Amino acid sequence: MDFYALTIHQLNDLLQKKEVSSVEVTNSVLTRIEQVEDKVGAYITIDREKALVQAAAADKLMGEGGGGALCGIPLALKDLICTKGMRTTCGSKILESFVPPYDATVVEKLKEAGAVIIGKVSMDEFAMGSSNENCAFGVPRNPWNHDYICGGSSGGSAAAVAADECIAAVGSDTGGSIRQPASHCGVVGLKPTYGRISRFGLVAYASSLDQLGPITKDVRDCALMLKVMSGYDPKDSTSVKQEVPDYAGALTEGLRGLKVGIPAEYFEEGLDPEVEKAVRNGIDLMQQAGAEIVDVSLPHTAYGVAAYYIIAPAEASSNLARYDGIRYGFRDMDADDLADLYRKSRSQGFGDEVKRRIMIGTYALSSGYYDAYYKKALQVRTLIVEDFKAAFEKCDVMVSPVTPAPAWRLGEKVDDPLSVYLSDILTISANLAGVPGISVPCGFSGSGLPIGLQMQAAHFEEEKLLRAAFNLEKSLGIVGQRTTAL
Amino acid sequence: MKISKEEVSYVAKLARLELSVEETEDMAGQLDRILNYVDKLNELDTENVVPTTHAISVNNAFRVDEVKKSLSQEEALRNGPLQNGEAFVVPRVI
Repeated sequence: MDFYALTIHQLNDLLQKKEVSSVEVTNSVLTRIEQVEDKVGAYITIDREKALVQAAAADKLMGEGGGGALCGIPLALKDLICTKGMRTTCGSKILESFVPPYDATVVEKLKEAGAVIIGKVSMDEFAMGSSNENCAFGVPRNPWNHDYICGGSSGGSAAAVAADECIAAVGSDTGGSIRQPASHCGVVGLKPTYGRISRFGLVAYASSLDQLGPITKDVRDCALMLKVMSGYDPKDSTSVKQEVPDYAGALTEGLRGLKVGIPAEYFEEGLDPEVEKAVRNGIDLMQQAGAEIVDVSLPHTAYGVAAYYIIAPAEASSNLARYDGIRYGFRDMDADDLADLYRKSRSQGFGDEVKRRIMIGTYALSSGYYDAYYKKALQVRTLIVEDFKAAFEKCDVMVSPVTPAPAWRLGEKVDDPLSVYLSDILTISANLAGVPGISVPCGFSGSGLPIGLQMQAAHFEEEKLLRAAFNLEKSLGIVGQRTTAL
Repeated sequence: MKISKEEVSYVAKLARLELSVEETEDMAGQLDRILNYVDKLNELDTENVVPTTHAISVNNAFRVDEVKKSLSQEEALRNGPLQNGEAFVVPRVI
């Protein structure tokens, strides 16, 4: 049996019945990686030995009747999540040999639940990008078609799940970086409410927007992962003191009584007809299953990208000031003085897109431009927050596409950063407003590339999101559809 | 042009980045296009709008000032590209 192809909940059953051991599952995943990794390129670091030690420990624990919610399940982590003793590169030359001295809170939680960490997966450098092409250690490819991007910035996480190179993965989402690659790779990706999951040990990009989340093969797995990852953490003062519900419990309810809002602005000109058709089909199925469809409006959608590409770079320019070549990371050994050391280490260590965003952010925060750019963007952010508040007075979840088009060809947009920024238009507002969003597979383009459907809900309404997504997944019946391109 | 090559050089200096002549030119062109796009924000009247820094209300988190276990000196120094076992080594400052 190909254990690597199974989901967390399927493996939980088999592990509990002792029909398989975690060591067997882990070996199955490691063998799968050997077979397909040269075509996918999802991983930056793989630690076979440590993974098998963790698997054996999980087996022992389960043998004694113990074990948490993810006991013995092999996972992959986006390479910006600090793992004690395992290198964490952020996809950047500047952190090429950085080995964190501590685990991120989310890693502690996953380990407590018994998960087996297989390794660290690829990403756009410092999570800045939408195609995973901005990675210093090679570019992963879309498992459905190797000529196409897998999306970004959590491209490695989504590609690894789609290619069955792990059972599930963790990603991070600052402007769509979980939902967009999940959509392009045909897997489920959830960005929770800001503050739901601790960011301690997540290498910061834009701290008021960053949020960790699961990327999984189906919605039930997503609920299981979210439950383990969520909760207040004294080490992250923006994590929220709010009870963590049993998310999988929310999956039993149907769609009757659920109000589904359709934001007109997410279906405007420029939307690929195949994407629109697949998403509208999803909406029809939800209606047939009992959901009430209502029209809603997010009037400031068109301003989201502009506000984001001031706010996120501004925060990044401040967060990335810590890379000075002294305490960790790449250092130019020939620098004459301190200022020279900073300049040379940073200029050689950072890639082009990171430099670009540091420059935009520094400019927007610099004397004379602060009010015109940064303050203005924060005011527009308020308008976007208000749009969402008003919309959620009329509906429980909003349904839309995740991206205006399916994945683009590798290399197609490398010389046009603005066109890449604009492709984030449908995911970016959720980060500005702090609301949760999920991408669920809803079909394929004519050329066989996956299409995702996005659902968004009000703050801390992940249960509604998962319930709606689970029901849609059932109606569509495309769960478990796997790529044959590997 | 929203941003000149001279301004790009000045901002690079503030950001502690070194850009070659060619990189400065490319950067000026790209930043110009991006800033022109961002100008879109000025279509909106935000005169009486309060800025949002966090979408969820974030309060200052106070805690008791207690000594807790933290990284050892060795662990804290381990990732330093140049260190002498006691401190990070930097070029002469004074």
